[in-house]
Amino acid sequence: MKLYDSVELAARNLRESVLRNALTTLGISVGVASLVAMLSLGIGLQQLFSQRLHSSGLFDRVMVTSRRDLRFNREQERNGPAPADSPDLDEAARQNIASIPGVVEAYPDLRFITELRFDDKAHLTMVSGMTLSQKGGDSLAGMQGSFFSSGEAHEVIVQKSFADELLGKAHARGPDEINVAEVAKPVLGRRIIMRYAERESSTAGGDSASYSVISRELPLTIVGVTDLDPDNLGGAQARVFLPQKLLESLHAMQAYDFRDSTRATSAQPSYSRVIARVNGAGKVDSVEQAIKKLGFNTFSILDASKGLQTVFRIVDSFLLVFGSLALTVACIGIINTLVMAILERRREIGIMKAIGASDGDLRNLFFAEAGAMGLLGGIFGTLLGWLIGRAINLGTNIYFRSIGIPAEKILAVPWWLVSAAIGVALVVSLVSGLYPASRAAKLDPVQALRYE
Amino acid sequence: MGSATIRAVDGITLEIRAGEFVALLGASGSGKSSLLNLIAGLDSPTSGSVRSGDQDLAQLSREALAKYRRHTVGMVFQSFNLIPSMTVLENVELPLRFAEVERSKRGTMASGALERVGLAGRLRHRPIELSGGEQQRVALARALVNQPKILLADEPTGNLDSRTGTEVMQLIQTLNQSLKMTVVLVTHEAALAEKYAGRLIFLADGKLVSDQPNTAKARGDA
Repeated sequence: MKLYDSVELAARNLRESVLRNALTTLGISVGVASLVAMLSLGIGLQQLFSQRLHSSGLFDRVMVTSRRDLRFNREQERNGPAPADSPDLDEAARQNIASIPGVVEAYPDLRFITELRFDDKAHLTMVSGMTLSQKGGDSLAGMQGSFFSSGEAHEVIVQKSFADELLGKAHARGPDEINVAEVAKPVLGRRIIMRYAERESSTAGGDSASYSVISRELPLTIVGVTDLDPDNLGGAQARVFLPQKLLESLHAMQAYDFRDSTRATSAQPSYSRVIARVNGAGKVDSVEQAIKKLGFNTFSILDASKGLQTVFRIVDSFLLVFGSLALTVACIGIINTLVMAILERRREIGIMKAIGASDGDLRNLFFAEAGAMGLLGGIFGTLLGWLIGRAINLGTNIYFRSIGIPAEKILAVPWWLVSAAIGVALVVSLVSGLYPASRAAKLDPVQALRYE
Repeated sequence: MGSATIRAVDGITLEIRAGEFVALLGASGSGKSSLLNLIAGLDSPTSGSVRSGDQDLAQLSREALAKYRRHTVGMVFQSFNLIPSMTVLENVELPLRFAEVERSKRGTMASGALERVGLAGRLRHRPIELSGGEQQRVALARALVNQPKILLADEPTGNLDSRTGTEVMQLIQTLNQSLKMTVVLVTHEAALAEKYAGRLIFLADGKLVSDQPNTAKARGDA
């Protein structure tokens, strides 16, 4: 019998006992749905996290801290030189780091809290530097206005929530509700005055740790409004960005300067953190090793995400196991339905054999029935799983909002998942059909046709 | 199933020539249906051989037996054995599906067979909507749609009243005479056999009791 005829006969047989077959198909759908819902949530969470990490633009950065700064000494870095014997993270160290192969640039992470005046109103926020290399990067996606015209330009890029604050709408809405374009329009091109404390070394070669602090003001022009703080890696989040070169030339007083003055070993100011930008995420590991050899602590987002990947893999396999259990139950349903169908259609099978059906014809017929239920179950199940996922997503978002966290899309149904789910349903159903199909094929026509 | 072996057909040697109309007669349990199943290729003998043309059915694989049933024999049964969920036309088309006849030819072949049994107007009906005699004629159309050489009829009139039974038997006789189909009729009604068959074979307890030409019919024909 040709395949088309098998399918056609199978379809008519399925229609004959439509309720039972629909229930069996529903069973498969529920199995597939649980699989799809669980995996799509797992994948969605994973995508959300890695997307967040990627959009931070930090995959190619290594944070370098001095071992002297005990805040950053993590457990796995206890071996190595003692903090007191380790080198200072100063300008010389920065140049050393910048010359490591694979490092594109190394710059100090300067950030400080200061007062900015806009429309004669004072605003307090964290100010940080931004290198020219970040122009056009992922972290600045969706920025309004333009990037710094040069490394020393007296220009600032502000974060959208700060722009919102400048317009006097602070705390009125959550960060996700602020439209960058909307807040950018009134502030772009406007003047803002930054106050800062300049650290001025008194006499060259004199008392190593003495310096003066001079209060200064610097007028700046707002040229851009952005979404994110691109260099935020565990540090305080900056909302105003100056060109890195300009910021370095200001010699602005840093929070740690005071702390360092009590144990200074050189006249040179040291940095709290240096950020090394690496030529591609693949080189982060080797660069980290090289910097550690210089006697510094390092941290990269890769360190954090490695653990995260493992966690996600474990979560995904758990979800897979639970989803598969439901599918297994569905398979038993298929076997049951088809074995029942054989008992019911015993006579019909006998008739078919008597008029010329081969064992293979009957096997294919039952296979086609199992396959059709699997295929339909797979399609409906994927749809159902997607709906369940949507519902869970909706539910968590309502919960998120109620506790003040912005809503997130934690559901991802990639095409490979859809096709894999339908494929798995089909294959699993065909496997379930193996036993009933061979039973139908082996049925003795003389027995089957005997009068009851 | 007891432990004792029952020999349903035991040591029967029999030859049926092409175009013959043979009746297998005997009481219930005499082995006549078992013999018919052997000829139909539905069952295989534990020993001995069943030859049809140049094939020994006892030696054929299950697949080859299915092919033999598909092309060489057509069967009708006492209880018609139509598939209730299919229309008359679909029932008659079913053997053509197994024979992998082209879809476009099936309709014409099936309606041609139905025309031959006088049911051209009932194609879209379900078997249950037909009378017993009509159902048996559909079964006959199904048996001959693949143009087999042999027609095997197992008590074809057993569920019919005498008038429709006669109609069916006359139809079978026509097929035997006009299409030169070999007919093997199983029945327990000697009268029916004597009226239509050219040769009467009596079985009892699986053994051949007698095998003789039907002299009554020969006289009737004369």
